[in-house]
Amino acid sequence: MTIKDMIKPNILATPPSGIRKYFDLINEMKDAISLGIGEPDFETPWTIREEGIYSLEKGKTFYSSNAGFIELRQEIARFMARKYNLEYDPSTEILVTVGGSEAIDITLRTFAGPGDEVIVPEPSFVAYKGCTMFCGATPVPLELKAEYEFRIQPEQILSCITEKTRAIILAYPNNPTGAIMEYEDYAKIVEVLRDKDIIVISDELYSELNYKGKHVSIAQFPEMKEKTIVINGFSKAFAMTGWRIGFACGHADAMEQMKKIHQYAIMCSPTTAQFAAIEALRNGEPEVRKMVDEYNRRRRVMVDGFNRIGLKCFEPYGAFYCFPDIRSTGLSSDEFCERLLMEEKVLTVPGNAFGACGEGFVRATYATSLENIREALTRIARFVERVRA
Amino acid sequence: MQQEILDILQKNSRISDEELAVMLGTDAATVRAAIKEMEDKGIITGYKTLIDWEKAQEEVVVAYIEVRVTPQRGQGFDKVAERIYQYPQVTACCLMSGGFDLFVVVEGKTMKEVALFVAEKLATIDSVLSTSTHFVLKKYKENGVIFNRPRKDEREAVVL
Repeated sequence: MTIKDMIKPNILATPPSGIRKYFDLINEMKDAISLGIGEPDFETPWTIREEGIYSLEKGKTFYSSNAGFIELRQEIARFMARKYNLEYDPSTEILVTVGGSEAIDITLRTFAGPGDEVIVPEPSFVAYKGCTMFCGATPVPLELKAEYEFRIQPEQILSCITEKTRAIILAYPNNPTGAIMEYEDYAKIVEVLRDKDIIVISDELYSELNYKGKHVSIAQFPEMKEKTIVINGFSKAFAMTGWRIGFACGHADAMEQMKKIHQYAIMCSPTTAQFAAIEALRNGEPEVRKMVDEYNRRRRVMVDGFNRIGLKCFEPYGAFYCFPDIRSTGLSSDEFCERLLMEEKVLTVPGNAFGACGEGFVRATYATSLENIREALTRIARFVERVRA
Repeated sequence: MQQEILDILQKNSRISDEELAVMLGTDAATVRAAIKEMEDKGIITGYKTLIDWEKAQEEVVVAYIEVRVTPQRGQGFDKVAERIYQYPQVTACCLMSGGFDLFVVVEGKTMKEVALFVAEKLATIDSVLSTSTHFVLKKYKENGVIFNRPRKDEREAVVL
């Protein structure tokens, strides 16, 4: 028996992230422009970084309580109330995690196991499917449609539900499409979900990056709050990806169990990051506004650019991604991305890396400078013209 | 929209009306009209370029000068400030609170040139009581721009 034979089949069966494919290629290229990176190009605002540094200088290098410093949980509670009208008790209903990613993992581990099904709308962040499979549960893909601007429809949910369904993942504002869900959109799916024993895992990491209006959470519907785990974090809004800090909010009975996994698996979130996060919530808002304004301008430039080139792009109102339709080029997503990278040195991510139904689209992020965006659009225009000729 | 246009122009005054329009989700004519209006109102007073003169190999000496003056009857500090800021060597001049009255920025080609300007022109103005000259040795940040800090994208090309 080789070591590979000894690995659990459900781990082996889980494919690695399709996004990584072009990693080595682009690293060796000169003058390549990456529209592939799913993280802010801004450094963490200085006031936040400085709090982290200051905490280290004071020697605050010990574990925190498992759920996270109570001061941080209190700030998170205030943030959730102030921003989204959601009340959570900092002592029992909030858990500080190692990024939103850990929160996704432990929520799935708490609610899904072998024989269970989890509805995973696609295209979506690659970790949902992977983490579901690691639990031994089966991800059931729900195909989001461009014609609905990738907003989830009640009948789509109904057609995915079986007696094995334990949870559904909602992820708006969405990676990779940039789609958002507004109040009326949620109202329609709440009709379907309200009387079902299905946990809603609402990944709202991009909640602050909403260019249309105020972010809406499904947990704002009173009948949904108890069975919704809201996941959020600091990576996207506060440009804190490398700090690895996020959080989950939900019913105390759920949090108590999730905390156990968190406790045994990683003890607590990085202490330095927790101090920085407190500062982020207390004083980071003005810097967030600046970054959001900047993203919004770049977003308009990119959407305008793709539409001019003739790659139809619905207006993405959230996150920092455009998801143009490239079918008019006659290329598959993979062909498009590979040729664009080799011929024009612009990296985009094929839509099918986020689920089979992402075929025919590519993800391009505007979390990069305007100069890069303009240059990339020029190169893409040249490329598309050549392909069509 | 006015505020947003100003925000963008302050960082990049070379941007075209068309580019601005796309960034703001409007059309170029609207942007042009808004800019014209702000120019007419004196909200936009000019367009300039931020230059790191040291890199351009041009020797530029900058001095920040604290000036104490006797305010003149009926005209306060404005009259003496006017006498000072008319000099082309003076690139900035402000009335200050605190231990001195006028804060004057003077630029010249050499230290001697600046020192002589202060001694011969500034200090000799009737109502000027005293001057205190501070030469700039190194500029770290000006107008919100950090010098000598090439921003390299250090993100991993692709993460997830």
